[in-house]
Amino acid sequence: MQTPAPVDYARATSVEHALELLERLGPESRLIAGGHSLLPMMRIRLAQPECVIDINDLTDLDYVKVEGGELCIGAMTRHAGVLDSPVVGEHYTIFHDAERLIADPPVRNRGTVGGSFCQADPAEDLAAVGSALKASVVLRSSQGTRTVPAREFHAGPYETVLGDAEMLTELRVPIRPGATSAYTKVKRKSGDWATAAAGAYVVLRDGVVADVGIGLTALGAPHFCAEEAEAYLVGKEPTEEHLAETGRLAAQACNPRADQRGPVEYKLHLAGELTQRVLRQSVARAEGRA
Amino acid sequence: MHVTMTVNGNEVTADVEPRLLLVHFVRDHLGLTGTHWGCDTSQCGTCVLWLDGRPVKSCTVLAVMADGHEVRTVEGLEVDGRLDPVQQGFMEEHGLQCGFCTPGMMMTARWLLDHQPDPDEATIREAISGQLCRCTGYENIVRAVRWAARHPGEPTTAQDASQEVQA
Repeated sequence: MQTPAPVDYARATSVEHALELLERLGPESRLIAGGHSLLPMMRIRLAQPECVIDINDLTDLDYVKVEGGELCIGAMTRHAGVLDSPVVGEHYTIFHDAERLIADPPVRNRGTVGGSFCQADPAEDLAAVGSALKASVVLRSSQGTRTVPAREFHAGPYETVLGDAEMLTELRVPIRPGATSAYTKVKRKSGDWATAAAGAYVVLRDGVVADVGIGLTALGAPHFCAEEAEAYLVGKEPTEEHLAETGRLAAQACNPRADQRGPVEYKLHLAGELTQRVLRQSVARAEGRA
Repeated sequence: MHVTMTVNGNEVTADVEPRLLLVHFVRDHLGLTGTHWGCDTSQCGTCVLWLDGRPVKSCTVLAVMADGHEVRTVEGLEVDGRLDPVQQGFMEEHGLQCGFCTPGMMMTARWLLDHQPDPDEATIREAISGQLCRCTGYENIVRAVRWAARHPGEPTTAQDASQEVQA
């Protein structure tokens, strides 16, 4: 039986209240949203906060909206809410592709967008989606609000730039007219974490890639992205030859570890192959073929 | 900590440690042992119950997080001695063998049918993909849910059902 160590519990009634509790209770307190990353870590005592601050009552952070040319997803939006949102699907199919592959339906009913970002698991799918889309996250503290690019939010495995008394309140993605996107993942079984996964968006103009974003997870790519691969593809036609070279460059950005999910060579192969697949899929969607 | 929540329509109150998981609260404090406790790691799904009308894995929710909220367990499927069609379907189609995964499977199935009354096989398999069964190979579970979809308005008393199975 796995039981968390003794812990105190507080329930926040608003963002301001949550921030006040974080300041008062100090750095050994942790916000708990869906709890589907934090609680398993508490059960095996990898995490041992002195107090958990429950933010599940902050339903005003459960939303999807378009504002100022950006797709805005509130931090307390459940994975199921993202998956069910037509607005999300209208602008970025990549979210729906990814959410279908995240855990399983009961977990998706509970897990949140903000929690997934803040947990900073090195195999987190939404981190790769955020990086692929060059999204940003809104961080709030009693000092004010700051916006940080998703590609700068994760400082390493399970580490973010979030301050001790700061909370992520929103994910923002610039809406790019004509952009199409896709996500794919190789996993050992239904509901598993990624062995490797990739996501991308493209904007095509006159048959040429005008803009592209590539995100990778579980592959040790710094900040879940592959900037050299993106730079290579911009201005080129998405031919098989160009996609293959983009895949090769994306794999070069990766530094995976061998584990029970596979050896390094296999994962590097997946990095290249999955990058090509999501680019191909994005292009097919742009051309109305998928 | 003092908690009050609605479980299967009844208000319950208790004093619990904040670290107590909802699955243990339901089983050990309320005696509702229909909800099973399996893997402890939100993999197996036998602990699935409804929290505010949605299936969740109760091994990954603190009991205190359910304070003020609404819980429905497998015991809440039968109403006034009448089985839910999902329960009936599991009997008709031999949807269980050892029965360990059954409570979670049935709670997920009920939710699915409430939202999609006539799901195809792929939809059912996706809905139960967070739950493990080691007996049936899932075939009979899918059939049981399909049976329930075909018989939405035919609740049976537990006694009738039991007699039918014996016959």
